[in-house]
Amino acid sequence: MNLILSDQDLVKIERCLDKMLSSSGAHCALLIDRSGQLIASSGDPSTLDVIALSALTAANFGATSEIARLLGEDEFALLFHKGKNENVHFSKIGTEFIMVTLFDDRTTLGLVRLRTEKVIHELRNIFREILERNRGE
Amino acid sequence: MAFINFSSGEIHCKVVYYGPGLGGKTTNLRFVYDSTNNDIRGQLVSIDTKGDRTLFFDFLSLNLGRIRDFAIRVQLYTVPGQVHYDATRKLVLRGVDGMVFVADSMRVQREKNIESLENLAYNLKERGLDVTNLPLIMQYNKRDLEGSNIPVLTIAEMERDLNSYLKVPSFPASALKGQGVFETLREISKLVVKDVSKKTLADRQF
Repeated sequence: MNLILSDQDLVKIERCLDKMLSSSGAHCALLIDRSGQLIASSGDPSTLDVIALSALTAANFGATSEIARLLGEDEFALLFHKGKNENVHFSKIGTEFIMVTLFDDRTTLGLVRLRTEKVIHELRNIFREILERNRGE
Repeated sequence: MAFINFSSGEIHCKVVYYGPGLGGKTTNLRFVYDSTNNDIRGQLVSIDTKGDRTLFFDFLSLNLGRIRDFAIRVQLYTVPGQVHYDATRKLVLRGVDGMVFVADSMRVQREKNIESLENLAYNLKERGLDVTNLPLIMQYNKRDLEGSNIPVLTIAEMERDLNSYLKVPSFPASALKGQGVFETLREISKLVVKDVSKKTLADRQF
């Protein structure tokens, strides 16, 4: 099935990502699908190759899903990588999408996780609508 | 799963290069990367082992210009060809819109080619996809070995082994020298864009 987004869909998604950044103090948020396509982004990804980051994130998520399966889990819902300056937080939205949040030491993992929970709930609803509409067409 | 963004006027498609190990999938991508300029290509991302064998995948993003009002971006992936990396091959196939099967022309690889094509059909089936329904191109790679002392399969033999049932477009190639690489890419892009437009844009006014 293909994913078709209208202008309004994208505005809603970007508003959610903007809200994520302003409330958590993170500096970049991306929304990608599980096949590695970048759907939307917010913040300043100018120094990053976000297309490559999307492909690698999807692969990373896929690989850890297999690890989860080996451990008898359905799937891991979030992943977190900590670097010296940059940290990255990945969170699953439904079965098809992933939100990637990049943040540094100006905020904390706890705050990012808290805000992520709220935004994910909204995004899940948006995507449910989009997917239902796509199916109907 | 192609992604169509009406807001920015973009269509993103995913093409996977499949085939037996050491058949030249990564070499195809490297040649494309080396022959295009920065305006249209992204980074070539490779997750490989020290021995230069692909561990997870290679990835290259390309802008292919515009069709009507839409900018077309294809994302090229390769899979690891080695038998024991089947789990990662399945992951890379997620959301695939089209495939290039890179077959190895060396006679010793004859069985490996057939096994790999069967593996592709099987893995697609697991995803609920049918190999006969998706855009697919055959590429008979390493044709530059013809005339050397390495035994090489003829094109007719390869067609019979791999393409007698599927009957998809096929190209002889030498990924190392670049012969057939862009012909293959052009044809698969054409088929994928056609397929995606047929499935999703046919009923829309744009």
